[in-house]
Amino acid sequence: MKYFIFSLSLLINAAMFYVLGTREILPLPLGEFLSVQEGVWQNAESTDFDFTSDLNLKGINGKVDVYMDERLVPHIFAEDENDAYFVQGYLHAKFRLWQMEFQTFAAAGRVSEIVGDKAVQFDRNQRRIGMVFAAENALAAMEKDDSTKAALDAYTNGVNAYISSLNKSNLPVEYKLLGYIPEKWSNLKSALFTKQMTYTLAGFDKDLEYTNALKVLGEDNFKLLYPELADSLYPVIAKGTVYPKPLADLMPPSTADSLYFNRRDSVQITSDFKPNPSNGSNNWAANGTKTKSGKPILSNDPHLSLSLPSIWFEVQLHTKAFNSYGVSFPGLPGVVIGFNDSIAFGFTNAGRDVKDYYEIKFKDESKSSYWFDSAWKNADQRIEKIKVKGQKDVLDTVAYTVFGPVTYDKSFKNELTNEKAYALRWVAHDTSNILKMWLLLNRAKNYDDYHHAISYFNVPGQNMIFASHSGDIALWQQATFPLRWKGQGLFVMPGEDSSYMWKGYIPMEENPHSVNPLSGYVSSANQRPADSTYPYFVPGTYEVYRAITINKKLEGMFNITPDDMKALQNNNYNVFAELARPILSKYVKRDQLSADEIAYLQQVENWNLMNDPLETGVTCFVHWWDSLYNNIYFDDLHQTPNTLVKPEKFVLLEALTRDSAYKFIDDINTTEVENLYTQVTNALKKATVQLNQLKKEDKLEWAKFKNTTVYHLLKNNAMPFARTGIMNGGGNGIINATQHDHGPSWRMVIEMTQPIHAFAVYPGGQSGNPGSKYYDNFIDTWAKGEYYTLFYMHKEDVSSELIKWKMSFNPVL
Amino acid sequence: MKFIVSAITSVLLSYAFGLFLPWWSIMIVGLLVGYFIPQKRIFSFLSVFLGVALFWGLFALFVSTSNEHILAKRVAMLVIKKDSPLLLVMFTGLIGGISSGISAVTGRSLALLFKP
Repeated sequence: MKYFIFSLSLLINAAMFYVLGTREILPLPLGEFLSVQEGVWQNAESTDFDFTSDLNLKGINGKVDVYMDERLVPHIFAEDENDAYFVQGYLHAKFRLWQMEFQTFAAAGRVSEIVGDKAVQFDRNQRRIGMVFAAENALAAMEKDDSTKAALDAYTNGVNAYISSLNKSNLPVEYKLLGYIPEKWSNLKSALFTKQMTYTLAGFDKDLEYTNALKVLGEDNFKLLYPELADSLYPVIAKGTVYPKPLADLMPPSTADSLYFNRRDSVQITSDFKPNPSNGSNNWAANGTKTKSGKPILSNDPHLSLSLPSIWFEVQLHTKAFNSYGVSFPGLPGVVIGFNDSIAFGFTNAGRDVKDYYEIKFKDESKSSYWFDSAWKNADQRIEKIKVKGQKDVLDTVAYTVFGPVTYDKSFKNELTNEKAYALRWVAHDTSNILKMWLLLNRAKNYDDYHHAISYFNVPGQNMIFASHSGDIALWQQATFPLRWKGQGLFVMPGEDSSYMWKGYIPMEENPHSVNPLSGYVSSANQRPADSTYPYFVPGTYEVYRAITINKKLEGMFNITPDDMKALQNNNYNVFAELARPILSKYVKRDQLSADEIAYLQQVENWNLMNDPLETGVTCFVHWWDSLYNNIYFDDLHQTPNTLVKPEKFVLLEALTRDSAYKFIDDINTTEVENLYTQVTNALKKATVQLNQLKKEDKLEWAKFKNTTVYHLLKNNAMPFARTGIMNGGGNGIINATQHDHGPSWRMVIEMTQPIHAFAVYPGGQSGNPGSKYYDNFIDTWAKGEYYTLFYMHKEDVSSELIKWKMSFNPVL
Repeated sequence: MKFIVSAITSVLLSYAFGLFLPWWSIMIVGLLVGYFIPQKRIFSFLSVFLGVALFWGLFALFVSTSNEHILAKRVAMLVIKKDSPLLLVMFTGLIGGISSGISAVTGRSLALLFKP
C-alpha cells in the first residue's frame, strides 16, 4: 500500500513539475510565471519606486549624471558625447529592452525564433526583400565614419551594460510571457532598426498591382483610375515655384514602348506584407513675420501605428558640444525629432516610390545565372537560415542580381500559375550613413549646418523641416531619389538589359525645397512634393487633404502663439467631406427614401464637418461615401481573380466633381444602366443597414465607432496590455490624423525664443513595462489634445524642483 | 506543534531557496519538510500547502498593493481572463501551495517507505 501511495504521489508530483514548468500543456508555465521570486510579480513596479541610483560601469570615460523628471524623462549630462550615447543606450535598454530587440528581430526576419512557424512567411519576406543585406550595407558605411562608429559603439556598449545586469527575475514581462531571453546588442541591430524604419516609411509600392491593372483595364482606364496628380493638390513646395531645367538625361530606352508600356502582362502575386499606407505626418514652421514672439515656431506630428511600448522615448542629451532634447528611437543614439539651443527639426514622410521590380530570366532551376546584356551573368546566392521555435530550421535561397535580391520566384508566392522571377531594386539597399544626419542635427547651429547634415540622408525620403533661433525656416524634401524617365517603374520592368536601370539619382540641389519663403511659413503633410512643373517624374503614395486644411489655416494666421499651433495640430476639420457632401446632397433621390434613410441624410447635412468625438454626422457620412465608392468601383476592380489596387479617395471625388456621367458609374455586372442618382441613393440605402446596426450597438458617435486603440506590439495576443476605447476625434485626411490604431505618435510645438518654449506629448509612457505606472500615463493627456511643457535643462538647473531622481554613472577603469 | 513547525519551515526554506534557485525550489522544500517532519500525510500536505500558499499569496499581495495592482489587473486578464488582481493573487498562492504540498506528500511517503 505505502509503495502505491508513494508511486502515485511521485507521479502527480512529476506531472506538476512538468506542467507548471513548460508551455507544451498550458500556454504558460504557471509555476515559473507566477513564482513570486522570479516570475511576473517581480515586474510589478512600486508606484513610489525610487529611480535614484549610483552605478559603476565599464565603458564610459567620465562621470555622467542623469536627472529624471516626474514624467521619467532622463536629462543626460555628460562631458563627452559618446558617454551620453552610452547612457542613452543603457536607459533605452532599462526601459525598452524587449521592444528594441523585438523590432530588430522583425527587421531581420527572425520572428519565427520567438513565436514559431506562424511567422515563417513573414520572415522569408523580410529576408527576400533584403532587409539584412540592407542593414549590412548601412553598417559598413556607418562604421567607415569614425565619429558615427564611436557613437554606435558607445551606444551598443551601454545597451549591453544593462543586459549584463539582468537575471531571470528582472527580465521584461514579454520575455517571461514568450519564454526566451535577450541576446547581446550589436551595431548591426541598430542598422537593422534603421532599415525597419525605412521599410515602414519607404517600403510601399504598387508596381505588381499596377502591372495587373494595366493589363485588365487598358491604358486609358488605368490613367483615369490612377492619375498622377490631384486637381486639388496643394504641393509641399508652393505652386508657381520655378524649377531649373534638369541636367540629367530623362529619355526612356528606345524599346520602352514595345517592351514596357505596351507589354500586357499579368503578375499572379499579391504581397501579403505591406507597410500601412497611412504612415505619414504633419509638419510646419512659421517665421517671425507670422508669430507673436517674432521668432519661428516649429510643429511636427508623425503619424504611425499607435503602439505600446511607444516607438518613441523622450530624452535630453547635454554634452560639451550640444544640448539636444526630443524623442529618440530605442535602438539608435541621438535625438530624432527635437531641438537644441539654436535650432529645431522635424520630419514628415515623402511617400515617394523608391522601389522597382525587374523580371529576371534564370538559366535554370539553380538560379545561379540569369540573362543580362546578351550573356548569362552569375547571380550571388544568399542562403537564409530561419530558425523556428520548436521545429527544424527553414532554409531559403535568395539570388542576388545587379538590381538586388530576387524577392519573388518559384519558391515564393506562386500560389497560382505564375513562375516568374522578380528582382527588387530598392534605395534601402544602397550604402549610406543616415545616422550621421541625426548626430549632426543634434549639434547643428544654423541653416548651413542643417543643410550639411541632411545631405547624408538617402532613405526613407523625408520632408525635413527646420527653424532657428536666428529666424530662418526651411523645408527640404531630402533623400537620394532615383532619376526616372516618365513612367519608369510604375510597372514591372524588363530585367534583361541595363537600359531599364535607374540612371542615377536626382541631384540634392534639385530636390524640392523652400527656404524663408515670402508666405512666412513652410509645411508638409505627405502630399506630392511639387506640381507638374517639377521636371522629374515623382511617383509615390500621396495624401491630398490634410495639406489643404493646413495651408488654408496657416495662410490666415498671424500673431501666432504656441497655443495656436497646438490647436492646429488637434484640428478636426474634414475638408474632404466639405468637398464631397454637396455631391451626396445633390444626387440623392429624396422621394425614394425611408424614414431611417432620411434621418441619416439629415445627420450628414446638418453636420458641422468636424470629426469631433461626439459627432454622429461623420459616421453617417463615412459609411455613405464608402458605399458609393464600392458601388462605383467594385465591379471594375473585380474583373479578374487578382483584386486590383483601389484608386485613391481623391480620384472618385474629383471625377464626380468634374463629370456626373463618369464612365465607371455603371455597374458592368447588371443589365440596367446605373447613373449617379441611382448609385448615390442606393449607397445611402446600403449605409443605412450598417448605420442601424451601429445605432443598436450605440456606436454612432464618431469616437465610439472609431474606438481609438493603442495596441501592444504583440497585438491581439496581449490585449490586456493595450489601451482601448480612447474617446478622441480626428481621422484619415484630418490634421488630427487619429484613426482606429494609427495617428499622431508624437505631437511637438517648439517656439524658438530665448529661452525656448517647448511643448509635446505622445500616446504612451516612458516605461515599456506594463507593470509600471509610467507605461501609458501620457495617453489621457494626448487624447484630450493637451501637451506637457518640456523641461529643457541647462547646467544651472541641476537643483531644480522639477528633478525627482538622479542616476549617477561612474566610470570603472 | 509539528504542523506549525512544518508550515513555518516551508516558508523560511522557500524564501531562502528562491533567492538562488528557480521556482521549483518550493517543490524541493516540500520534499524535505515532508521527509524530515513526521506527521500524517494529510498534515504534511496541509502544513506545507498553507505555508507556501501564504508565502506566495502574501508576497504577491504585498507587491501588487504597492503597485496599485497595475500589473495584476493586466496579467489577471491575460492568465485567468478575469479583471481581478485578488483572484490572481489567490491563484498564485494556490499554484505555490499545491505544487509544494504534493511534494510534501511525496517526501513523507518516501520517509514511510523506510519505516519498518
